[in-house]
Amino acid sequence: MIAIIQYNAGNVRSVQNALQRLGCESILTDDPERIKAADKVIFPGVGEASSAMRYLKDKNLDQLIVSLRQPVLGICLGLQLMCEHSEEGDTDCLGIFPTVVKKFPTEDIVPHMGWNNFESTKGPLLQGISIADDVYYVHSYFAATCADTAAVCHYILPFSAVLQKDNFFATQFHPEKSAAVGATILQNFLAQ
Amino acid sequence: MLKKRIIPCLDIQDGRTVKGINFVGIIDAGDPIALAKRYVEEGADELVFLDITATIEKRKQMTDLVERVAAEINIPFTVGGGINTLEDVAALIRAGADKVSINSAAVKDPRLINQIAREFGSQCVVVAIDTKWVGTEWRVVVHGGRTLTPHSTMAWSRQVEDLGAGEILLTSMNHDGTKNGFALGLTGEVSSLVNLPVIASGGAGKPEHFKAVFENTKASAALAASIFHFQEIPIPALKSYLKAQNIPIR
Repeated sequence: MIAIIQYNAGNVRSVQNALQRLGCESILTDDPERIKAADKVIFPGVGEASSAMRYLKDKNLDQLIVSLRQPVLGICLGLQLMCEHSEEGDTDCLGIFPTVVKKFPTEDIVPHMGWNNFESTKGPLLQGISIADDVYYVHSYFAATCADTAAVCHYILPFSAVLQKDNFFATQFHPEKSAAVGATILQNFLAQ
Repeated sequence: MLKKRIIPCLDIQDGRTVKGINFVGIIDAGDPIALAKRYVEEGADELVFLDITATIEKRKQMTDLVERVAAEINIPFTVGGGINTLEDVAALIRAGADKVSINSAAVKDPRLINQIAREFGSQCVVVAIDTKWVGTEWRVVVHGGRTLTPHSTMAWSRQVEDLGAGEILLTSMNHDGTKNGFALGLTGEVSSLVNLPVIASGGAGKPEHFKAVFENTKASAALAASIFHFQEIPIPALKSYLKAQNIPIR
């Protein structure tokens, strides 16, 4: 069973729908026991960093997420909350990935919204994905590249499109909204 | 590189897709789910569903449609039409909409933009601006173009950005349905004025019109309806043409 961590008002159903299209059942939950018992965990997120972190702390989910040993996939804000710190609301985050989250400079349109390809890719999540493949982004903050960056995307500047460390995976883009390419990436995660 | 988006718009009435010519004289263009799936296969970058009935009794029907769309398609989609309150937005987001588009309600009470942005994030607030040239300036119109407001389109665009809109869907009522091309001057002016993605809408009739709007303005996306529904311009052919013209396209 796959647990999708439910922790704010955002559209989390789309992740569940995407898994269902891949023939995979999942539950939306904020219950630590069910999350701990899941085969895989997805940590999605649309919203604002400081209020999301506050909610996670209130539910003791912050400690739980970092202690998970099964494959975990953070998506969008999920990725950002897995970093050390976010400029959004000056928020201390989970610290899984050794990098920080900053706001895009306003030299171009912010948010970065739409389909963008990769500058580089590596690792199991992006198996079968070419640097020319496009995935769907919508975000105003980005994770700086670091030792755990598995894929780089360029918008205004290069940033982490995918991060991976041990059992923790994260995508800044929305695989659940990225058509066939996104489905392949989700399948790669499910194969972990 | 970030790609320019091609967005088919599906006007929905009583659960069916329709398209008005200048919003009058509606022709049925089919089942919205079937059409949405076809667009995804053809490479549409996003979809917009606009509920043009949007009476209170029909709203539940729209929520049901949104749930079915969310289960079936794997690209982002926006839902608009008849959204007046935060509760309307919550119901659509819960049903699986990625973004909501607000128009008349935002003009009536601009605070709604800010409320939605705070509750669900700016990324899900598309402010639809319908506009008409009144001889001296572009002015905002509401109620499907029937009511002229005192807002200048430029000032209103700035204001919605300040209030937390994530995107502007800009429709020239002078161009809508004409198939003579997008309003390049208007789109250029608004897309340079705000630092938000602007979706150009109204007037697309030929692939060259898409090229022109992407080359001459900062529009991030272009939207059309009937030319896609009736396959006057198939999306794959449009996208190959734009790629050949060196426009960044998925």
